[in-house]
Amino acid sequence: MSELRELYQELILEHSKKPRNFRALESANHKAEGYNPLCGDHFTVYLELQDGAIKDIGFQGSGCAISKASASMMTQSLKGKTAAEAEELFTKFHDVVTGHAVGGEEKLGKLAVFSGVSEFPLRVKCATLAWHTLRAALRGEQEAVSTE
Amino acid sequence: MSTLAKTPHQVHPARTFDVERVRRDFPVLHQKVHGKPLVYLDNAATTQKPLAVIETIDHYYRHDNSNIHRGVHTLSERATEAYEKVRVAAQKFLNAADSKEIIFVRGTTEGINLVAQSYGRKNVGSGDEVLITAMEHHSNIVPWQLLCGEKGAKLRVAPINDRGELLLEEFERLLGPKTRIVAVGHLSNALGTINPIREVVRMAHARNIPVLVDGAQAAPRMKVDVQELDCDFYAISGHKMYGPTGIGVLYGKTRLLETMPPYQGGGDMIASVTFEKTVYNRLPYKFEAGTPNIADTIGLGAAIEYLNELGLDEIEKHEAELLAYATSRVETIPGVRIVGTAREKAGVLSFVMDDIHPHDIGTILDNEGIAVRTGHHCAQPVMQRFNIPATARASFGLYNTRAEVDALVAGIHKVREVMG
Repeated sequence: MSELRELYQELILEHSKKPRNFRALESANHKAEGYNPLCGDHFTVYLELQDGAIKDIGFQGSGCAISKASASMMTQSLKGKTAAEAEELFTKFHDVVTGHAVGGEEKLGKLAVFSGVSEFPLRVKCATLAWHTLRAALRGEQEAVSTE
Repeated sequence: MSTLAKTPHQVHPARTFDVERVRRDFPVLHQKVHGKPLVYLDNAATTQKPLAVIETIDHYYRHDNSNIHRGVHTLSERATEAYEKVRVAAQKFLNAADSKEIIFVRGTTEGINLVAQSYGRKNVGSGDEVLITAMEHHSNIVPWQLLCGEKGAKLRVAPINDRGELLLEEFERLLGPKTRIVAVGHLSNALGTINPIREVVRMAHARNIPVLVDGAQAAPRMKVDVQELDCDFYAISGHKMYGPTGIGVLYGKTRLLETMPPYQGGGDMIASVTFEKTVYNRLPYKFEAGTPNIADTIGLGAAIEYLNELGLDEIEKHEAELLAYATSRVETIPGVRIVGTAREKAGVLSFVMDDIHPHDIGTILDNEGIAVRTGHHCAQPVMQRFNIPATARASFGLYNTRAEVDALVAGIHKVREVMG
């Protein structure tokens, strides 16, 4: 039960029920779709990039509590960041949810709440789906990304 | 000692179905997961294996392993005899008219692909139609899509109602002069619906259209009689009926199989080969190219024997009681909705919880030791039909108990508690 509580922390549940920036951006100049064919999670990430920085970000779609909360908190943490900073944050986030972090979690801020995912290897894909989609949007890839 | 791949483990049938005794035949069930007794409710994905199957495969590799249909030595003779005995057992299990109508394949998926590629490529042309239903598993959709794409044919889909039942009148209306084959599941893996196969076959045969039945979920849950159903093809998977993975059976009527070209080329499927011309072997070997999965075929034989000894009527009754009990308990949990409420139903309880994603349900149930499947169950069109991304699915097997249903119900309450 304690592992479950680590996974489904209050902050995660709260974001999954009331996701932030949960909208299609009309001003978006980059967007990408991501899905997890295994469980049917499906998100679209919208970016307004200006001078290499994320001026605005939004997302839409459906998924489990972990994937939705992750997408919501990702959008919160990325506003104003450069593309390079966003990539760097993804790397750190990925290390934390896969249990490979070697310190530096404090740089993640609130995103460190996802560290409990590392005890549930099957849920790593849920936690990273929005991030993979973000990366595709940043890189302007046209194909929908899949976690499979 | 006896060497003819006998079943070393003997089951002694009791007068009535005794689930506690049956459970002792399945070693995997007796373990804890996350500190809780394992409650295995993912039987529609794959079933666990009784000792009879495990020991038969072990015995084969220890004593009889050899290639079949060649070689005059003793081990080859033993392996061949054991392998061919399973063909006869499978024939009787499905009540096929002749053992040459039993073709060993890797599983239901390969059986359907065989028919699509062999019968289909020969008989389906540009502008023709293949008719399936809206509740098919991907394995009974994609092989036909591939065929239709190659031939310029059209895939037609018979609709289902909100209970998850096939609309027979709509189905009949879709049977047209261009329909070349019908492919339909016997028991839906996502919804539990049992389709009226005899009616489907009657309607199709009235127009001289052959019918393939995907029997993956039905074979372990009800007595199947292909002659009574009068279907033209029937495909099953060993691993869904307490046998090994990687082995299944395609039944086909002799009349159709005789006219069909080989599916794959190789050894065993030939009578003679020169660089100019190859004469194909007779049925069923024409469709069994290469060294087959001998050990698992013999393991499947043990699974069939196990099911025969328990009795499919008894298994069907046991699972029907479990499903009725589980349905009555789960449907009263606030916020839970059962997906798939066909009047003729077996084995499968798919459900959604109003604001909780099935994936989260699955993780929390697993933490309680309860194995269910979550997701689209390889039936994405079914999910689209019900306008849901996924379901959580409990599917029952012959070894499940009422106490396990109670554990599932307690687990669902736990999901609500964790997710708030």
